[in-house]
Amino acid sequence: MPSWPTETRYLSHPVPRVDAAAKVTGQARYSSDIQAEGWLYGMILRSKWPAAKILSINLEPALKIPGIRAAVKVREGEFTVRFYGEELAAVAGTTKQACLDALHAIEVQAEPRHEFVVHEDDAKKDDAPQVWDGVPNVSRPRTTERGNVDAAFGECAAVIEGFYTTPVQIHHPMETHGHTIFWTDDGLTAWSSTQGISSVRDSLAGALGLEHSRVRVITDFMGGGFGAKFNCGVEGILAAKLSRAAKAPVRLMLTRFEQALAVGNRPSSFQKIKMGATADGTLHAFEGENYGTAGIGAGAATAGGGGGADIPMPYLYRVPNVRVKQWEVAINAGSARAFRAPGNPPASFGMECAMDDLAVKLGMDPLEFRLKNDPVDIRRREFQIGAEKFGWKEKYRKPGTSPGPVKIGVGCAGAAWPAGGPSRNTHGEAQINPDGSVEFRLGVQDIGTGTKTVIAVVAAELLGLKPEQITVHVGDTNFPPGPGSGGSTTCASVSPTVYDLCQKALQQLQTQTGVADARGENWFAACKKLGVTPLVVHGNWIEGLSTRPAYGVQFAEVAVDTETGLVTVRKVVAVHDCGLIIDTLTLESQINGGIIMGMGYALYEERVMDDLSGVVLNPNFETYKLPGIADVPDIEIVLLNMPERGVIGIGEPATVPTAGAIANAVANALGVRVGSLPITPAKVLAALGKVPAPAASPT
Amino acid sequence: MKNSEPDDVLGAHSRRTFLKSLGTAAVTAATAQVRSVAAELEKVNAEKILGPGPVPVTLRVNGQALSLNLEPRVTLLDALRNYSSLTGAKEGCDRAACGACTVLLDGQPIYSCQKLALEAQGHDITTVEGLAQDGKLTKVQQAFIAHDALQCGYCTPGFIMSVTALLKWNPRPTAEEIKHACAGNLCRCGTQPHILQAALEAAGVKVQSKTEVLHA
Repeated sequence: MPSWPTETRYLSHPVPRVDAAAKVTGQARYSSDIQAEGWLYGMILRSKWPAAKILSINLEPALKIPGIRAAVKVREGEFTVRFYGEELAAVAGTTKQACLDALHAIEVQAEPRHEFVVHEDDAKKDDAPQVWDGVPNVSRPRTTERGNVDAAFGECAAVIEGFYTTPVQIHHPMETHGHTIFWTDDGLTAWSSTQGISSVRDSLAGALGLEHSRVRVITDFMGGGFGAKFNCGVEGILAAKLSRAAKAPVRLMLTRFEQALAVGNRPSSFQKIKMGATADGTLHAFEGENYGTAGIGAGAATAGGGGGADIPMPYLYRVPNVRVKQWEVAINAGSARAFRAPGNPPASFGMECAMDDLAVKLGMDPLEFRLKNDPVDIRRREFQIGAEKFGWKEKYRKPGTSPGPVKIGVGCAGAAWPAGGPSRNTHGEAQINPDGSVEFRLGVQDIGTGTKTVIAVVAAELLGLKPEQITVHVGDTNFPPGPGSGGSTTCASVSPTVYDLCQKALQQLQTQTGVADARGENWFAACKKLGVTPLVVHGNWIEGLSTRPAYGVQFAEVAVDTETGLVTVRKVVAVHDCGLIIDTLTLESQINGGIIMGMGYALYEERVMDDLSGVVLNPNFETYKLPGIADVPDIEIVLLNMPERGVIGIGEPATVPTAGAIANAVANALGVRVGSLPITPAKVLAALGKVPAPAASPT
Repeated sequence: MKNSEPDDVLGAHSRRTFLKSLGTAAVTAATAQVRSVAAELEKVNAEKILGPGPVPVTLRVNGQALSLNLEPRVTLLDALRNYSSLTGAKEGCDRAACGACTVLLDGQPIYSCQKLALEAQGHDITTVEGLAQDGKLTKVQQAFIAHDALQCGYCTPGFIMSVTALLKWNPRPTAEEIKHACAGNLCRCGTQPHILQAALEAAGVKVQSKTEVLHA
C-alpha cells in the first residue's frame, strides 16, 4: 500500500506558492489579459425585459459602426427571454467604444410580457405570473420522513419553532466570466477564465458541433470562480461564433454588471424549523420545510447539487424523528449555479440558529447541547479544542445580559463537507530532463487555491528536491485530463496522482541509470545518465492516499451596537481538519477566505431585485457589499493534521459554519434572534423593536 | 461681481447664504478659483476640441514614454491593458469600487478606471510592472509572497500599489493605517489577513502566524 512519508521537509510545512512572484509583479497573464494577435473586443447585448418574446433582432445597423467586424444572434427566429439580462446578441470590434456604440445600434423587436415575478413569496401565489409556460413556479415538494415525528414532539421537554431565511448571494469572483477565443479551420483555442478546462472544452465542442480533439482550452491564471465557472457559458459560445465570423481572436469578458445578472448565484432559503429535545438535552424531533429560488433554473430538472435550492436538513446533528419537505420556486432572475459548498451554508445557518434557540429554551449551554448531539467524533473534538482556544467558558453568558449599549455576544457552529474526496479520473505526466530539471503536466487548473503549489510540494518531497526545482504546467487540455476544480476535490485528486508519477519516475530512473535511489543528492548524477533523452512517465490517481469527508467548527465573537444596529465581528476561532496537510500557508489562506466569504454572507451580501422593473438593483460593488479589510476580524486557526487519513480538500468546509456562528453570536448579544441573513443594522433594530420590520424581509 | 448670479431662488439654503456662512477670504478664493478654471476651460475648448476620433496621447509609464492613438473616452486602465502590454492593473468593476485597477499617479494611488488616458498625460504613472528594479522585487512584493497575501491574485496588483504608496509617505504605519490605505481594495478570495501581515512586515514589523497545527 502506498503511504505518505512521515518525516517531511515540505509536506505539511508553510511553503510560499510557486506562482506568487508572477502574481505580485503583474507578469501573470489571466484570461482577461490575453492579447492574441489581431484580437477584437466582444460584448453582449442583453434583454432589458425580465420577460418577453423576442420577435426579431436586426444586426445590420451594428455592422455599419466603424470598427465592428462581426455581430451574431444568440439564436435565429422568435424566442422567449425570462430574466433581465438574458443574452440576445453579441458584437466584436476593434475598440471597446465601437462595441458599446454597436450594442446601442442593434434593433430588437420584442413583445414584452408585462407580468413577471422576482420574489419567492410572490411567485408562490396561485395567480402568480408563470416563469415557464405551462410549468408551475413551485416544484413538487420532495419529502423525507423517518421515525414518528408527531408522537416525538409530544415526548419533548422543549420545542422551538423558527423561521430562518438566507438571501441570494452572488459569486462575484474578482475576474469576471469570459474567454478569448480563436476559431479557425484548424480548430478552436479558448483562453478561458474557468474552474474546469475539460468541461469548457466539452461544452464548447458540444455547442459548436466540434470534435473534442479540435478544441483546446488554456487557463494559465484565472481570477476566482467559487463554483460559477465550470462551463463555457453563453458568453463562450458567442465569443466563438464572433471569432468564426470575424476570422480573428475575440476577447469577451463580462462586465461586473453582467456578472450580477446571468452567471450564477447561491439560491435563497426560507426555512421553517420546528425542533424539540428531551429534558436531558437530546434532540428528539425535527420538522423542516424549506423553499428557495434558483431563478429560472428552479425546477425538477435542476434539483440538487448546484442548480437546485434544496439543502441538507436536518444539518449535522443526530435526530431520530425527522420530517422534511422542500421545494423550489422559479422567478424571473438569472439561474443559480454551484456556489462554494452548495446547500451547506444556508443549511448550517438554519440548523445552528435552531440549535441555539432550543438550547436557550432548555436552559443549556449551546456548546454542551452540540457536544451531546453531534455524532462525529472528530467534530466533537474540534468543538472542545475551539472552545478552549476561544475561551468559551469565560465568554459565554446568558443571551442579552451583556451590559451597555454595545453588546458582546458569542456563538459557534459546525460544518461537514461530504465531498472533498478525490476524482479517480486524474491523470498526469512527469518529464525528467537530463539536466535534472523536472516538469509536471496535469490537465487541471489553479483557481487561486494553490494547485500548482500542491503539485510542486508533493513532487519536491517525494523526489528529494526543492519546490522551486519543480516546473508545474497546468491549465491546458493538451495535458492528460483531470477534474474540474469543484467540490474541494482538486487537492485530493492531484496529490495521489503526483505520488504515482514520482514513484514511477524513480523506478524508471533506477532501471535506466542503475542508480538505486535517485532522490536528493543523487538526483543530478542519475539524470545525467539519461544521456540526451528525457524520461517521461504517465501516472494517475491511486487508492489509499486521499479520502473524505472534512469537518470543522467555528466560534465567533461580535459586538452589536444597539443604537445603530451595526454588527462588528471581533474574533473568529476556526478549527478544521483536512487529513494530511499539504501546505500550511496556502491552507491558512483558504480558511481565512472561507471565513471572510461566510462573514459577507452573514452581514452584507444580498441580491436585491426590483419588483417593478425586474432588474438587479445592486449589480456592482458600491451597492453589493463585500467584506473589506477593515471589516475582517482577528482570525485564529487551529489545524488538525491527520496524515493517516490521506489528503482531503478544505475550500468548502471553511465557509460553511461562519454565518451560523456569527448569527448565534448576534442573538447571544441581543437576547433576541435575527433570523434573516444578511444581518443588517435595520434588521437588528427591528428585532430590538426600535424600528418597524423591513417589508418582505422576515426577521 | 455683477448681479447675474441666480443665487436667491433656492430658498433658505441658497448659494449666497451658504457662501455668507464661510469666511470672506474663503469665498473670494473659491469664487476666484472657480472662475479661473472655467475661463481656462473655455480657452482650451475654443482652441481645440478633441475627438471623437483617436488622438495622439503620450503617457509616461514606469519611466518610459508610451505613445498611443486613443479616442478621448479611453480610460487610463484601458490604455494600459488594451493598447499596451501592461496588463498588471486589472479591471474588476470599472466603477471605482474594487481597486483592482490601482496605479500610482505621481506617487498617489488612483483608480485608473476613473481617469481618462488623456488626463494622465504629463504625470508619472507607475504600474505593478514598474516596481521591481532589475528583477529585484520590492519589500512589499517579497512580503506578499512570504505571507501568501494572494490567492487567485487578481486583486493583488491593486493591493500592492496601495501598500506601496502608503509606505512611501508613512514607512511605519500602524495596522489601522494599513487598513485605511487598503479600504478601497476588494478581495473576494478573502486574503485580507495575510495582506495585513505582509504590509506590516514590509514596514519592518515582525509578524507571527497565529495558526496552530495539532497532530492528531
